[in-house]
Amino acid sequence: MADKITLEVARFSPERDDELRFDSYEVPLHENWMVLDALNYIKDQLDGSVTFRWSCRMGICGSCGMVVNGHERLTCETLLADYLPGPIRVEPLRNFPVVRDLVVDISDFMEKLERVKPWIIRKEGAPEPEREFLQTPEQLETYKQYSLCINCMLCYSACPVYGLDPHFIGPAASALSLRYNLDSRDQGTAQRMDVMAQHDGVWDCTVIGECSVVCPKHVDPSLAIQEYKISATKAWFKNLLMPWGGK
Amino acid sequence: MEVTAHDILLIGGGGAGLRAAIAIAEANPRLDLAVVSKVYPMRSHTVSAEGGAAAVIAANDSIDEHAYDTISGSDWLADQDAVEIFVNNVTHEMLRLEHWGCPWSREPDGRIAVRPFGGMKKERTWFAADKTGFHMLHSLFQTALKYGEIKRYDETFATKLLVEDGAVQGVVAIELASGKIRAISAKAVILCTGGCGRVFPFTTNANICTGDGMALAYRAGAPLKDMEMMQYHPTGLPQTGILITEATRGEGGWLVNKDGYRYLQDYDLGKPSPTPVFRSMELGPRDRLSQAFVKEMEKGRTLKGPYGDYVHLDLRHLGEKKIDEKLPLVRELCRNYANIDPVHQMIPVRPVVHYMMGGISTDTSGATPVKGLYAAGEAACVSMNGANRLGSNSLSELLVFGARAGAAAAEYAAGAREPSTRLLAQAADEETRINRDYLNRNGGRERVTAIREEMQRAMEAAAGIYRTRNTLEEGAARLAELKQRYGSIALDDHSRTFNTQLIAALELSGMLEVAESMVHAALRREESRGAHQRTDFPKRDDQKFLAHTMAYRNAEGPPRLEFAPVKITRWPPGERVYGR
Repeated sequence: MADKITLEVARFSPERDDELRFDSYEVPLHENWMVLDALNYIKDQLDGSVTFRWSCRMGICGSCGMVVNGHERLTCETLLADYLPGPIRVEPLRNFPVVRDLVVDISDFMEKLERVKPWIIRKEGAPEPEREFLQTPEQLETYKQYSLCINCMLCYSACPVYGLDPHFIGPAASALSLRYNLDSRDQGTAQRMDVMAQHDGVWDCTVIGECSVVCPKHVDPSLAIQEYKISATKAWFKNLLMPWGGK
Repeated sequence: MEVTAHDILLIGGGGAGLRAAIAIAEANPRLDLAVVSKVYPMRSHTVSAEGGAAAVIAANDSIDEHAYDTISGSDWLADQDAVEIFVNNVTHEMLRLEHWGCPWSREPDGRIAVRPFGGMKKERTWFAADKTGFHMLHSLFQTALKYGEIKRYDETFATKLLVEDGAVQGVVAIELASGKIRAISAKAVILCTGGCGRVFPFTTNANICTGDGMALAYRAGAPLKDMEMMQYHPTGLPQTGILITEATRGEGGWLVNKDGYRYLQDYDLGKPSPTPVFRSMELGPRDRLSQAFVKEMEKGRTLKGPYGDYVHLDLRHLGEKKIDEKLPLVRELCRNYANIDPVHQMIPVRPVVHYMMGGISTDTSGATPVKGLYAAGEAACVSMNGANRLGSNSLSELLVFGARAGAAAAEYAAGAREPSTRLLAQAADEETRINRDYLNRNGGRERVTAIREEMQRAMEAAAGIYRTRNTLEEGAARLAELKQRYGSIALDDHSRTFNTQLIAALELSGMLEVAESMVHAALRREESRGAHQRTDFPKRDDQKFLAHTMAYRNAEGPPRLEFAPVKITRWPPGERVYGR
């Protein structure tokens, strides 16, 4: 096995650059090393100005999403050896403004997440609990998958619709919105539907499914969006037929 | 300089900070509060907690048993008034989180499911598979979004607490994206900045766990309590230090040495049985299990690997179905980071720095001795963990004491005076310092990476699982020297935009002080208790050391150390008995 590999790292400094450029670095290829380990080696040993986000290095905090050889990846769980003989091109996530090097501005998602009301809504407000709401393992299973989203933004980077129309609510926010609709403890579907059924809500999605392909936690946001469309259609018909009923 | 004003600032947006923020928003919606966090809140290290959160809910369990387990687990260094408040409030807090949507694992009839955990006499650990911290953090963050009045300064690093007229009245902070240095005033500040595991080279802790809040408080004159009490978790992956949760043992996993022998039976932890027994063998407390590993290594009965000695954690007998249902993250981590499948192979593990029992000294409302300054979560030491924290008590702790600190700060802020206008001069000095010592400085000899790595090696050599006067004195000398060298540090990166090297340098400066407090507290405690094992003083000494160490910062040189009494309410110090 080779003992070194080359990384071509995207560089961009708003103080200096008009567009992305690439710097090449040769790093040692240790057993089990991830792309993130290589970036840290570069930062610690070769060039302290290379800029990227990372924290948990165990695939759960969602900080280190980047584009590796053209594909969205969590760099902390992407083996260097999978790209032999190299080079490996590391770029910032697509569809977001680049702040610097591999760091992108995700404030658009933060605003969208808030807009879909990702919290439990109860008709009676928030009472002090006497005991737990019962929820069977089967009820938990209906939304569990959508609750696994780590907000890593790989899906927004891979989504061609979001790339064309930044108003599109997008995959992760849709999945998290549906996660609460499907939770047996929640009574807020109608409120969320108001947001999701708008023209820049789920209807923009053209079911390309790239979001589900790149999702590192198998959340399947594409399925969430389709489920949303079906329930929005059902709700529309139900409202037409029975304007007084429904959740 | 941009100046903004709020009533209350939360520094840190992990579990404790978000719980405190919600408590404030609920207690007094008129208060203007803001969360200052160096990462987006959902990236905070709470996200990495795996196994669960403890609270009495099973019919056969009792609050007194939770208290006793916690106090005996702490080797009687916990303050029992804090423990009583904790056990009396934690179930209610957990139910609130349940009502906020946390996807707790359930029994077939829909009730909360609980699992056994180390040092606990009953099943009382609530869990969301083995991603409990992730689900708790996201539930808290998403619920906090409901309170539109909570303002956020995301990716903003606090560099200094502003103290005027003997009270904390705000912070100076750097906004990473723009590099802008801001003065943010407040009537009360709550530090919820988490732990300091990155002071050591081999830790479960995320890159962000650099003890920032401890350093901020220490520099503002607040004492750090029991900093010698650093917990080693017995089961981390050898190369990376990634945590393999104690829930593996709660579900029935075994620790075996190179001969396949369940070696814990040789260390006064009980006799092996095929199914887990509470407070016995693999369900013993973390301090005792990590110490047993070292003894086993000294006997030559561990395995040798490229990343040090290790033992095996065997889950194979649990079967694929149980592992996938209860421990899916463990399987994912083993596959990704150790290239093994725990369904078919044993997991190599070794003890790894995990949790700081000590921290910013607070009372049971989260108040520090400095007026207007509060702390909660791992950054704080209230103290309910004493010399050894039980697994699954920390996620619970951040709820109870996060909420209490929030409520207390809300009450204080409602009656506090407006911040002094003299803060601005202090803030301007801090901006000048950052520019002079970092961004505008050229020609320094020292690099951040080199000093950080030397500090980490020094700490491992000085203050690992076993310590002695010699190693600690050597460590103290090394740290003093590194602090000197830090004075001529220079950055490669002088950009204002998202300068992570600047943040790393500021973190390192705090870590050197936090590390120094740990080594000097460890030197002073001439006994062995819980996580603090002195080979030169191998016995617990209640006559002299049934007391908290309190480290106060000196402008020059090592800290001044004092002792504060441990509060005993109903459980007089006794022998810690496990497995018999």
